[in-house]
Amino acid sequence: MPREYVSEERAEHSSKRRRRRTLTRWSSGVLLWALAIIFLIPFVWMVSTSLKNNADAFKIPVQWIPDPVRWHSYVDVLTGEGSIVRPFVNSVIVAVVRVIGELTTATMAGYAFARLHFKGRDAVFFIYLATSTVPAQLLLVPRFVIFQQVGLYDTLLSLILPGMFTVLGTFLMRQFFVAQPAEFADAARVDGASEWKIFSRVYLPLAGPMLSALGILTFVWSWNDYETPLVMISSEKTYTLPLALSNFVDDQGAISANLTMAASVVSVIPILIIFLLLQRHFIAAITSSGIKG
Amino acid sequence: MSSALLTTVRSATAGPKSHGRNTSHPGLNIQRSGWWFIAPNLAGIVLFTFIPLLAVIFLSFTDWNLVSGVRGIKLVGIRNFTEVFQDPQFGASVVRTVLYAGVSVPLAIVFGLALAIALNRDIPGRGALRSIFFIPYIVNQVAIGMTWLMLMNPSAGVVNQILHSLGMQNAPAWFASSHWALPALILVAIWSEVGYVSLIYLSALQDAPADLYEAAEIDGANTWHRFLTVTWPALVPTTVFLVITELIGKSQTFGLVALLTNGGPGDSSTVVSFYMYQTAFKFYRFGYAAATGMVVFVGVLLLLSIAWATQRRSGRNAS
Repeated sequence: MPREYVSEERAEHSSKRRRRRTLTRWSSGVLLWALAIIFLIPFVWMVSTSLKNNADAFKIPVQWIPDPVRWHSYVDVLTGEGSIVRPFVNSVIVAVVRVIGELTTATMAGYAFARLHFKGRDAVFFIYLATSTVPAQLLLVPRFVIFQQVGLYDTLLSLILPGMFTVLGTFLMRQFFVAQPAEFADAARVDGASEWKIFSRVYLPLAGPMLSALGILTFVWSWNDYETPLVMISSEKTYTLPLALSNFVDDQGAISANLTMAASVVSVIPILIIFLLLQRHFIAAITSSGIKG
Repeated sequence: MSSALLTTVRSATAGPKSHGRNTSHPGLNIQRSGWWFIAPNLAGIVLFTFIPLLAVIFLSFTDWNLVSGVRGIKLVGIRNFTEVFQDPQFGASVVRTVLYAGVSVPLAIVFGLALAIALNRDIPGRGALRSIFFIPYIVNQVAIGMTWLMLMNPSAGVVNQILHSLGMQNAPAWFASSHWALPALILVAIWSEVGYVSLIYLSALQDAPADLYEAAEIDGANTWHRFLTVTWPALVPTTVFLVITELIGKSQTFGLVALLTNGGPGDSSTVVSFYMYQTAFKFYRFGYAAATGMVVFVGVLLLLSIAWATQRRSGRNAS
C-alpha cells in the first residue's frame, strides 16, 4: 500500500473523529447545563420566595418570578422581631475567632511536629493520630456536661473553644511543613537565628496557600455548624445563624415561607462570596483535605 | 474530624522525611522550643478533646440524668452496654442508618463519577458548571433543609406539582410519610453531595496519565474499554477514600434529620445519631447516651478496619 494513501485515510478518519467529538462535546454540554439548572432550582426557589408575599409562596402553579417583587421580607428579618442581625454578628465572631485561633495553634504545632526534634514528639503525635478517629459527635455529650459544670454553657465560648484547637488542622499543617526542605533551617541556625525566628521568618511565609486553605475550611465549618449550637446554646441572644434560621419554624411546625427564605439567602451570601472570590483556594482546600465539617 | 487519620495515611508518603542532619545533635533550645510550639495546641486538645473523651468513656459506665448534679452520678458497670444490645429502638435506628448510608453513598459516588467524567471533557462553561454542582455542598444545612421542606411539601410543593402535572395521581407525602421520609432524606443528601464527589474525582482524573489514553486510543479501544482499563484503575484509590469518608460522614447524619423530619413520622427516620441526641438531650439519660455513642464509634471503627484489611489483602492477591 502506498504511503500517501495510508496517511490520507488516516487524515480523513481523524477529521471525521474530530467532527464527532465536537458533536458530543456540544451535546454533552447542553445536557450538563440542563442538569445544572435542575440542580439550582432549590436556590432559585429560595430567592424567588424571599421576594414574594407569604400568600404567594405556595401558589399553584408555581410562580417563579415574583409578582409583585416585595423586599419587605428582608426588612423584616433584619429589623423585625426575631431579627437575624444578632445571630449574624454572633456567627461572624465565632467564625473569625475560630479561624485566628486555629491558624495560630495549628501552624505552630504542625511546624513543631514536622520540623523540630524534641523528646516525646512522636509519642504525642501518635496520641493525636489515635484521637483523630473520634467523631466530634461522640464528644458533644461530655463537652456539654463539662461546659455546663464550668459555666460556659450558652456562651459563644462554648462554640469557639473546641473549634480553636483541632487535631485535623495540626495534621494538615504538619503535612505541609514536612514537605519543606530542612536546609533552610540548618542554614539559619548556623547564622544563629532563634527557633522562633526560623519559624516566623523562614517557614511561615511559605505557608500562605496552606493557611488560606485551612482558614477557609475552618470558616465554612464554623459558619455552617448546626449541631454544636443546637446542643450548647439556649438563649436567643447567643444564637448563631443556623440556629436562628431553624427557629423560623414555630412550635406548630408552620413556616413563614418568605421570611425563612429571606433569612436563608442572607445566611448563604457570605459563603457564596468567599467561594466566588477564593474559588481556586477553596477547591484546593476541599480536595486536599477531603473532609466535611 | 475522623478522616484526619486517612488524610495522613493518604499523604504519608508525599513529603521527604524530616530527619535531616540536625537529628544527630538536637540543641537544648530546640528541645525546649519544640514543646513551646505545641503547648497552645496541646493544652486546647487536652482540655476539649482528651478530657471529654475520658469523660464519655466514664459516663458510659454510669447512670446519670444531669438534673441530680455531679453527686448523682451512679456507677452501673456494663449495664448500659447490655441494654444497648437489647434495645430494639437502638437496633432499628442502626438499621435505618445502614440503609441511609448504604443507599446514598453508592449513588452519590456513581453520579459524582459520571459527572466528573463529563466535566473532564472540553465542555463550554466547564468551570461554571463545576461550581454550580458544588454549591449545595457548601451551603448550610438549615437553609438547604428549609428549602427542601417547602419544595417537597406534600400538597403545594414544587416537586409534587411537577409530579401531578406529569400525571402521577398520588404523589408521595415525602417528609410527612413514614414510608417516604428516609428516601426523601437520601435524595436531599445525594443532591448536596454529588458536586463534592465529582470535584474529588476531577482532581484525580487530572492526575491520570494522559499518554495512557493516547496509547489506548491508538489501539482503537472503545470508550467503555478505555474506561475499564485506563481510567478506572487510576481512580480506585480515590474511590476507596471517598467510600470510607462518606460512610463515616453518613453514619453521623444528624442535621438534616433533626431539621426535616425530627426523626419521624413516628420514628421512621430516627437514625442512630439522632437517637443518641434524643437519649441525651430529650430524656436526659446521659450515661446511656454515652454508651450508645461508644458502641457506634467502636462499631464503625471495627467495620472500617475489616474493610481496610480485606481491601489490602485482595489488592495484594491481584498484583
